[in-house]
Amino acid sequence: MTTTELERPARPPVFHHLSTGRKARNHLATVLVSLAFLIALVPLVWLLATVVIKGWRALVSPDWFTHSLKGVLPDQFAGGIYHALYGSLAQALVCAVIAVPIGILAAIYLVEYGRGWLARLTTFMVDILSGVPSIVAALFIFALWISTFGLEQSAFAVSLALVLLMLPVVVRSCEEMLRLVPQELREASYALGIPKWKTIVRVVLPTALSGIVTGSMLALARVLGETAPVLVLVGYSQSINFNIFDGNMTSLPLFIYNQFTNPTAAGQLRIWGAALTLILLVMLFNLIATVISRFSAIKTK
Amino acid sequence: MAKRLDAKDLNIYYGKFQAVAEVTLAVPPRNVTAFIGPSGCGKSTVLRTLNRMHEVTPGARVEGEVLLDGEDIYAGGVDPVDVRRTIGMVFQRPNPFPTMSIKDNVIAGLRLAGVRDKSRLDEVAERALRGANLWNEVSDRLNKPGGSLSGGQQQRLCIARAIAVQPAVLLMDEPCSALDPISTLAIEDLIAELKKEYTIVIVTHNMQQAARVSDQTAFFNLAGVGQPGKLIEIDDTEKIFSNPGQQATEDYISGRFG
Ligand SMILES: Nc1ncnc2c1ncn2[C@@H]1O[C@H](COP(=O)(O)OP(=O)(O)OP(=O)(O)O)[C@@H](O)[C@H]1O
Ligand SMILES: [Mg+2]
Repeated sequence: MTTTELERPARPPVFHHLSTGRKARNHLATVLVSLAFLIALVPLVWLLATVVIKGWRALVSPDWFTHSLKGVLPDQFAGGIYHALYGSLAQALVCAVIAVPIGILAAIYLVEYGRGWLARLTTFMVDILSGVPSIVAALFIFALWISTFGLEQSAFAVSLALVLLMLPVVVRSCEEMLRLVPQELREASYALGIPKWKTIVRVVLPTALSGIVTGSMLALARVLGETAPVLVLVGYSQSINFNIFDGNMTSLPLFIYNQFTNPTAAGQLRIWGAALTLILLVMLFNLIATVISRFSAIKTK
Repeated sequence: MAKRLDAKDLNIYYGKFQAVAEVTLAVPPRNVTAFIGPSGCGKSTVLRTLNRMHEVTPGARVEGEVLLDGEDIYAGGVDPVDVRRTIGMVFQRPNPFPTMSIKDNVIAGLRLAGVRDKSRLDEVAERALRGANLWNEVSDRLNKPGGSLSGGQQQRLCIARAIAVQPAVLLMDEPCSALDPISTLAIEDLIAELKKEYTIVIVTHNMQQAARVSDQTAFFNLAGVGQPGKLIEIDDTEKIFSNPGQQATEDYISGRFG
């Protein structure tokens, strides 16, 4: 090889015009991708439109959010979903109060301490749990809570089943968030003579906080709509019940399921109204998650 | 209080792989020791064994002794947390705590150790920031996040954070490698200042820097890939750079390899 050969650029600096074949392929790919996007959008928009169109009249009726169905006849459009809204929120919050701390602690164990067989076992169990169908979780709690312990059906039993469904999601998302915290930050903290547990509490968790909050809120939004546990573990009630440990308590999915057997126009309207309320509730939770993560996100300026 | 540091017969492993073999060196108090040598020869590894940071890596272990004023930091019953409180460390890449303000970063070590006295914390923050030559640049924005500073300022913030807990020894792993020449000079000046109070060990790839800031220089090398790194020689910086005892050192310094 001569020097002149080495000095020559690896490729002559000529720009070719786009060939027709490449243009065509580019167009084809663009069309296919856009089409796939539209197809994915169709059912979503359709569903939302249907629910809004059929349900909005229920939401604007004056008693919808403030009254239960107590004393309301099946074919009479009156009352509202006050009792079901309370039921959904109470069951979800009790579930979150149990699942979020356990989930965060388990994730901390897996990321910061877990080595060897116990960590592998925990990961394996979380994997299995995340694949458990909600009806199985509900039946398990039924077998444990009602058949074995001999306790009554109650909203709390529903919350326990929801915990089983929410826990793996929380563990997973927390684990990911904690792993995103750079090892350098932990070492910087150790180098100041700060013990490991304090490093986790004061440096690692605050750094991952916004992601953990978002993950937990999304997991919560997810279990809000779970139906199997409320069908198996708690009874339907027309009126409000504030006690989660005792008595029947309606939640939004249960409300919808119950009204499904009501063929009157009022029943239909209640179904769609409750469905719309549920969707709005989930959206609200997602919105709150976004806002919280915005506020707790790490600021650089 | 500056203290002396002696390493004796260090053999350092990552799992089965021996990264460093038979390192013995002495670091006198109020003195700057520079570690130089080609990439992968174990400079960072040795540095991290000097404050028991090495064992944070899973599977890592150390044989030998490291004496801080005659006391073995690897002796049974010694708490690595105490060791690290006494022997501070500054890392290659600036790593301020992203959730904390500039001031909270500086006082993190004290506050997380349980110091609550606000006036004392304020005082320490100012002293450490002045010590790190950063006070003038940040005194009007102490409550801004640490991540809002430039890279060079962040590195000085990390130095301030390290000296705020008043360690006896300060270990620095290529503290200037991510910085521009001006910030580098600022940190070199700072090292010259800190030397009055602290014992300093610094890893650097920059020969001029080693020559400028250090009193003694340790040259590390490794025989080949997969072989453990070794300490070739340690001597006064002047001697290493003018008349080294080993041919390998001379070759490395004059740029014939590495
Ligand atoms: N976490 C680790 N796990 C396994 N091996 C490691 C680890 N860190 C370093 N090593 C190995 O140990 C040897 C020494 O690495 P070390 O980082 O101490 O080199 P160095 O001299 O600091 O290099 P550089 O100048 O590039 O920073 C290298 O062979 C490296 O591959
Ligand atoms: Mg290194």
